[in-house]
Amino acid sequence: MSLDRRNFLKLTGGAAVLGAAGTAEARPNKEPSPDAVGMLYDATICIGCKACMAGCKEANDMPIDSNLAEPGQPPIWDTPIDISDKTLNIIKVYKQGSAEVKDREFDGFSFIKRHCMHCVDAVCISVCPVNAMRKNPVTGVVTYHPEVCIGCRYCAFACPYNVPAYEFEKPLGQIRKCQFCDHRLKQGQLPGCVEHCPTGASLFGTRKQILEEARRRLSMRPGEEYEYPMQTVDSPHKHVATVKQYQPYIYGEKEGGGTQVMMLAAVPYDKLGLPNLPEKSAASRSETVQHTVYKGFLAPSLLLLFLLYITNKTVRREQHEEERKQLEEE
Amino acid sequence: MSIPQPLGGPIWTKPFKVFAVFAAIGLTLIAIRFIYGLGAITNMSNGYPMGLWIVFDLVIGTAFACGGYALAITVYIANRWEYHDLVRPALMTSVFGYTLGGIAVLLDLGRYWNAYNIFLPWQVNPNSVMLELAVCVLLYIGVLWLEFLPTLLEKIGFKKGLHFVNHLLFVFIALGVWLPTMHQSSMGSMLIALGAKVSPLWQTDLLPLLFLLSALIMGFSVVIFEGALSAMGFWKPMETPLFIRLARIIRWVLAAFLIIRLSDLIGRGYLGLAFNGDLRGNMFLLETALFALPLYILASYKHRENRQMLFIAASSMLFAGIVLRFNAFLVGFSPRPGYVYFPAATEIMVSIGMISLEILAFLYFVKRFPVLSFGEHQTKTAQ
Ligand code: SF4
Ligand code: SF4
Ligand code: SF4
Repeated sequence: MSLDRRNFLKLTGGAAVLGAAGTAEARPNKEPSPDAVGMLYDATICIGCKACMAGCKEANDMPIDSNLAEPGQPPIWDTPIDISDKTLNIIKVYKQGSAEVKDREFDGFSFIKRHCMHCVDAVCISVCPVNAMRKNPVTGVVTYHPEVCIGCRYCAFACPYNVPAYEFEKPLGQIRKCQFCDHRLKQGQLPGCVEHCPTGASLFGTRKQILEEARRRLSMRPGEEYEYPMQTVDSPHKHVATVKQYQPYIYGEKEGGGTQVMMLAAVPYDKLGLPNLPEKSAASRSETVQHTVYKGFLAPSLLLLFLLYITNKTVRREQHEEERKQLEEE
Repeated sequence: MSIPQPLGGPIWTKPFKVFAVFAAIGLTLIAIRFIYGLGAITNMSNGYPMGLWIVFDLVIGTAFACGGYALAITVYIANRWEYHDLVRPALMTSVFGYTLGGIAVLLDLGRYWNAYNIFLPWQVNPNSVMLELAVCVLLYIGVLWLEFLPTLLEKIGFKKGLHFVNHLLFVFIALGVWLPTMHQSSMGSMLIALGAKVSPLWQTDLLPLLFLLSALIMGFSVVIFEGALSAMGFWKPMETPLFIRLARIIRWVLAAFLIIRLSDLIGRGYLGLAFNGDLRGNMFLLETALFALPLYILASYKHRENRQMLFIAASSMLFAGIVLRFNAFLVGFSPRPGYVYFPAATEIMVSIGMISLEILAFLYFVKRFPVLSFGEHQTKTAQ
């Protein structure tokens, strides 16, 4: 029983309606705001003191995250193993072989700081159904707004850095993530982690300044002395250290459309647990597909009209026939 | 056309009681979830922020419930009225399947009291696949109940209401084809935003199309599968001739699915991953085999005639759809390093409890409401 010709035409009509709208333009990556803030984490001058972690807890009023406490005993100190709903920022260690020398890939070790990267084209914003993740139009900081969040955790599912964390242990939990200490920036203060960093490994500036500073470091020869600025890029306070052999590119300049938190390190970034991301942001890909299918809701509207037209005919005809039959029977 | 009739018979049978116990356990656990939070009864974590309830109850559950959708296309759009008797039972499983999918989402929402925000036009983000999914699924649940309304009204003999609903029925039916077309494809689109977090074996811009086609396949199969099961359960002969013809339609959708799936993989240059011998590769092979087997079975007329073969083909297609969804959402998903996920027993019990509720409702409705039409096809098709 093949579809007869009329039905075939109907079906192809429907397909044409769907296809007609399949020509939406691809949405390009979003551009950073000219005044976007930025942060540079330079693993080669990080000493692993974790002062930034303590600073972050204090600045954001976050609880102790103890994984060592005896069951039933109160936690003694903060021992997070990853960012979570209790820990917005963590210093992790990479170790290989005998781990003798810092900032060396083999038989060496390195630190790495992990928190929200404040993506330029953030996927957490693109996927949130209720705009509970927002990007400040000036600073570019990605903030979270629990008063509208429905807790679907799509942001956590989609974030390439696995940053947003839901409070699974609470009956009325919310998402937790680093918000670049937005509340402190608004008061003219530095982010908690930056303020507490003793070496300038966590450095604050505009995204532009940060990129310039990172490029300057990459252009220096290993073994040279360099005056590393502390806290902010243009700070008069410096800390002199020897330049290490950097990986020759800035992590975060292009990754997934670029980020506002950027990294420099001597060990390959994937070894440090940073994902290898294409330059095209996942948000732009997803929105392109979505808009191709939905283009201004034109295609769905046409499809619905088409369906209404057909069901009106088929269902009505059948109903009339049934009524007629019933009448005949009576 | 045969007239649907209530099956009759006692409600409190043994199987009914067993399912009732499971449902009660599920409901108790749900209470615990609301008192102590999601972490109390699930193994979800910040490495795997979405778990069984979304993947199984929503993504797989609603695909299972696509029988109503698949038949609506066949009967009302392609104008094949000989399948009309199958519509009511299919519609009923769709009603319950989708309703439970919707409930699962509500259980899973971490901030459910804010859920109304998805209906505030100034609050929503139209770029979010999740938004489209949530609104579409909720609307469809409403439409399904409206489509099902004639069955309820017939039972209570509310003639005027029945007349009115029948008058507008074509609108509900059109919506009933429109909404699943959108949200079943969106279940696939949902993963596109995950980018590199989903293995290239499943991460493709064609995900919406693949999910839509496989939902149709599952919809058709579930009609055959449930027809066979309920025919066995109620000792009524299976409506084989109708199902045989239905199976012929499925072949084309199956073939289209496989061609698109494989040419996409080859085109992107990732087919090699299938033969890596790792979990992902093997699961992909399993998935593809489950899609290919029924195509082989249904290709032969002799097999389609054979009730058992038909049943095997339908089961295989259902499993194929399930495996595809599990693969794309969990197996192919790269969590935060160091995290593993296997649903907690309590989490599984909630899903089982929900399915039990669905079965309870099904049993109750077919016995008390005019849902199933039986018997007449034997004579009809013998002519
Ligand atoms: S790192 Fe994740 S949470 Fe932070 S802005 Fe990017 S996508 Fe959003
Ligand atoms: S969990 Fe909240 S913030 Fe994250 S996507 Fe869902 S609604 Fe948005
Ligand atoms: S910017 Fe603030 S919230 Fe983010 S890691 Fe630093 S201290 Fe923590």
